[in-house]
Amino acid sequence: MKDFNYHSAKDSKEASKLSSSNSAFLAGGMTTIPSMKLGLASYKDLIDIKNIKKLSGIKVSGKSVTIGATTKHVEVANSKDVKKTIPSLANLAEGIGDPQVRNRGTIGGSVANNDPSADYPSACIALNATIHTNDRKIEASKFFKGMFETALKKGELIEAIEFQIPEKSSYQKHPNPASRYAVVGVYVAKHKKDVNVAVTGAKPCVYNDKDLSKALSNSFSSLSIQNMELDSSDMNSDIHASAEYRASLVVTQAKKAVDAC
Amino acid sequence: MRKVTLEINGKKVEKEVQDNTLLSTFLRDHLNLTGTHIGCDTSQCGACVVHVNGNSLKSCTALAADIDGSKVTTIEGLATNGKMHPMQEAFKKLHGLQCGFCTPGMVMSAVDLLQKNKKPSDTEIRDWLEGNICRCTGYQNIVAAVKEAATKM
Repeated sequence: MKDFNYHSAKDSKEASKLSSSNSAFLAGGMTTIPSMKLGLASYKDLIDIKNIKKLSGIKVSGKSVTIGATTKHVEVANSKDVKKTIPSLANLAEGIGDPQVRNRGTIGGSVANNDPSADYPSACIALNATIHTNDRKIEASKFFKGMFETALKKGELIEAIEFQIPEKSSYQKHPNPASRYAVVGVYVAKHKKDVNVAVTGAKPCVYNDKDLSKALSNSFSSLSIQNMELDSSDMNSDIHASAEYRASLVVTQAKKAVDAC
Repeated sequence: MRKVTLEINGKKVEKEVQDNTLLSTFLRDHLNLTGTHIGCDTSQCGACVVHVNGNSLKSCTALAADIDGSKVTTIEGLATNGKMHPMQEAFKKLHGLQCGFCTPGMVMSAVDLLQKNKKPSDTEIRDWLEGNICRCTGYQNIVAAVKEAATKM
């Protein structure tokens, strides 16, 4: 791994001040460190935000659950508050990677990285999340811009993610058997007025499937989507699954999610 | 360079390290604790699992600098007064290893499981060991060893 300078920031202000065009924030490091070791990324400065106390923790208010950026997957998976208010979110966290990744990896890191197969971005879309940064609040629907691309500006730091509590919800993924990343993951959330069907793994970036959402908003039953065929022309195709297979998996996982709600 | 202060297997350690020194490198090359193995070096195989502040993590994917001030337990820290830890005993008794390369990580991961779940089922053991890869045993005897250790811990 190439040389870099390690800094541990005391607060968001210091973290932001230390950042430059050649720096990265370090939370759990579950993606950042392997990418740097493989030479896929290199930075002059790594700014550790793990020791900023304000960035960790889970708070529930009447309509939403707010999770601090450096909260670890294991903490979300085991949180009584999350299990009670949005059990599907605790389930999602429990299914990320392996226990060692969950002991270290953070929700803010996953969301900021926006891996096309990551689990948390689908939760943000399905649960109408608001991404709180040190500068502003961004709606999830405007946050995920493309493959590994987000609305975050240089030096902008995610502080917390606020999820809207749905009436019902479920996350169902078809995991890659080795990495546990989603070949396809579908997060269905039924809110008072409408239904979101957020899909990860199928396209270069997480998205809300309008056709599935519309069908389920009209009638929240897996029967209403069982014969749907999705356009696979812009879906990912690789050694693990062809685009056509992914298109079929999206419907299958969506049906499973609706039945599990 | 920076100074890190850690408690490793109960002993206080103070060392100068480069900012980019991995915990696995620090343990093996700086402290000669070569029981922690480096297999894939891409945080998939789990041979490098150690405990930091009581939780298992993959030491090839953590910086020595970012765990400054923590308590670390490696495979060398499990035995007490020359007596093997019940998990080590169980792996030995039930042949939970063949070549032994994955074993330090396997044992450290399994000890963490039993700290959190005293009587895990076969499925729970297999789920927990998701991040530890063994290319010899087919896992049967590893699962049997963890179950045996659960009766002794």
